[in-house]
Amino acid sequence: MAKFNYVITDEVGLHARPAGLLAKQAKATGAKITLNCNGKSADASKLMAVMGMGVKKGMEVEVTVEGDNADAVAAEMETFFKENL
Amino acid sequence: MQVIQGKSIFGGIAIGPIIFFTKEQNQVKRSKIEDTAGEIARYEAAIVTAQEQLGKLYEKALKEVGESGAQIFEVHQMMLEDDDYNDSVKNIIETQMVNAEYAVATTGDNFAEIFAAMEDEYFQARAVDMKDISERVINVLMGVGEVSGWEEPSIIVAEDLAPSETVQFDKSKLLGFVTRLGSSNSHTAILARTMNIPALIQIDIKEEWNGKMGIIDGFSGEFYIDPEPEVLEKYQEKKAEQEEHRRLLAEQKGKPTVTKSGKEIKLFANIGSVSDLPAAMGNDAGGIGLFRSEFLYLESGDYPTEDDQFKAYKMVAETMAGKKVIIRTLDIGADKQVDYFNLDKEENPAMGLRAIRICLTRPEIFKTQLRAILRASAFGNIAVMYPMIISVDEVRKIKEIMAEVKAELDAAGIQYGEVEQGIMIETPASVIISDLLAQEVDFFSIGTNDLTQYTLAIDRQNAKLDEFYNPHHEAVLRMIEMVVDNAHKAGIWAGICGELGADTGLTDRFMAMGVDELSVSPTFIYPVRQIIREYEGPTK
Repeated sequence: MAKFNYVITDEVGLHARPAGLLAKQAKATGAKITLNCNGKSADASKLMAVMGMGVKKGMEVEVTVEGDNADAVAAEMETFFKENL
Repeated sequence: MQVIQGKSIFGGIAIGPIIFFTKEQNQVKRSKIEDTAGEIARYEAAIVTAQEQLGKLYEKALKEVGESGAQIFEVHQMMLEDDDYNDSVKNIIETQMVNAEYAVATTGDNFAEIFAAMEDEYFQARAVDMKDISERVINVLMGVGEVSGWEEPSIIVAEDLAPSETVQFDKSKLLGFVTRLGSSNSHTAILARTMNIPALIQIDIKEEWNGKMGIIDGFSGEFYIDPEPEVLEKYQEKKAEQEEHRRLLAEQKGKPTVTKSGKEIKLFANIGSVSDLPAAMGNDAGGIGLFRSEFLYLESGDYPTEDDQFKAYKMVAETMAGKKVIIRTLDIGADKQVDYFNLDKEENPAMGLRAIRICLTRPEIFKTQLRAILRASAFGNIAVMYPMIISVDEVRKIKEIMAEVKAELDAAGIQYGEVEQGIMIETPASVIISDLLAQEVDFFSIGTNDLTQYTLAIDRQNAKLDEFYNPHHEAVLRMIEMVVDNAHKAGIWAGICGELGADTGLTDRFMAMGVDELSVSPTFIYPVRQIIREYEGPTK
C-alpha cells in the first residue's frame, strides 16, 4: 500500500472534468485507489462518488493505493494531481 | 406591453420574436418487464448511442465555442461511464423488474438530488447535468430525436435549458434566451457568455408569449413582451450603439492612448464597486482613475471595518496588477445618505456637511479608511484622492492625519507602499487657488459634475432648469484650463474624472489644454481612445 497527501489548488476544487479524467486514469491502473477528504471517502475510479465528496480549493486529500505496483501507481497519481488540480 | 425583471447572466440587447421552447415531454411510465437481461441490453445499447451523440456535440461545440465550452460534453460522456450510475440503473431494472426508461429517470433524479443538496454552488449546479444526461438516454430509449430548428432568428424562452440544448441551437438564429430556472454558475450561463448572447434567468415565463415580439435588456435584466413602439425604437438605437461599441472595441483593443503628436494620455476607468472591475479590464482601462469608495458605506448597515475595506481595495489593486488605482475617500452627504452616520437633515445638502468635511470633523472614520488604503497599497499601485476641497488648510490637515496613520502603521510594523495623494477639483474655490493647492499634492482630478453645478449655480436634480444648463459652458471649460496650467507649473499632472471626461465632443479641446488623464466609465474608453489617437493638434 502507498499513500500521499495533496492540497487542491484548482479554483473550483475537484470538479467534474478532472474528476472524470481521474476516474479514467484510476480505472486504467487496475489498482484500488481511495480518496479521503473532509471525513468522506470515495473510490477514485467513480466520478459521481468523487464529485459527491465536494472537495474544494484548499482542502487536503489523502490518496491511498492498494494492489501490485502500489508505489508506481501512487507516483503516477501524484503527478496527475499536480498537473490537473 | 409587459416588463418583467429577471437576472442577467450576459449583457447586451436582443430584439426579436419569441419562441416558447417546450421540450417534447417524455412522460416516463413505469412498466413491468419480464426479460430483465434484454432490458439491460437495451439500456447498454442506448448508452452507446448517447455517447456517440455527445461525441458529435463535443465536436460541434469545439468549433463554435472552443475548448472550454465544449468540455461539458466530454464530462457528460465521462458521467455516463460512471459505474455507480450504470449499476444503479441495472440494479433498478433487475430488482424492480421495470423498464429502462423508468430506471434511468429514477437514477437521474436520485443523483440530481444528491448534488442539489451539496453546500457548494458549483456542485449544486451539477444536478442539471444529471438530469441532462438522463434525459438524453431516455430520449434514445424512446426514439425521440434531438432539438429541431426554426426559421427566423428568435429569442428562446424556456423553463430551463440544458447545456446540450443550448449548443444544439443554430447560433445564427439564436438572439438570446430567457429561462425561469438556471443559475449564473450553470454551464448554460457559461455558454451564453462564451457565445456572446444576451440571456436572462429567473423570469416567470408564460407560454402565451410564443410568437410575440420580445426585447432582452441584458444590462438591466428586464424582459419586454410586446413592447410599445417607442420602447422598441429606443432599444433598436441602444442595440445599434452596442454594435458600434463592439466594432470600436475590436479596433481599439490593445492600442496605446497616444495623440498623433506623441503625448501619452492616461485613459482610466471610473468604478463604483469591485463588481465593475471586469468591465474596466475588459475595456482595456489603463488604470482606475476614480474608485468610488462610498459603496462600502452604502451597502453596509454599519461603518465598514478596516478589514472589509482593506479586502476590497487590495482586490482592486491586485487585479489591476501594477496599474494605478486612485481611491477617492468617502464622499457621502448631499444626495448619498447613510443612516448610521446620523447626519442632520439639511436645507441645502449639496453645500452641507459632506465628503471631506465629514472626514475632518470625524477623523476616526477617516483614519480607518486611510489605514485600509495604506495597507492595501502594499499589494499594488494605489493612490488616494480627497473630495470637496476648498482650502490649503484642509489639505494640510489631511496630510497631518495621513502622517499619523503612517506612524501608527510603522509602529505596528505593518507594510505599505508609496501612495500618491491628490485632490478633486470640484469647487470654484479650489480652481481659483489651484496654484497654491498644486504645491501641496501629487495630482489633481477635476470632478466636472459638481464643479459645473457649483459654478453655474444650477441644481442638477431640478429638471426645470434644463434650459439654463449648458454642460459645455465656457466658464467651466476655462476653469479646467486654468487648473491644468497651474498643475503643470507646479510639475504635477491633472485629469478629469467627471462626466465631461467621457464627452467625446470635448476630447480635442482637452488635448489642446494639456489634460494628462481622463477617467471615464469603462464603456467610454474605446470611443475616447479613438479620438485621442486621431488628435493632430498641439498639446501642452
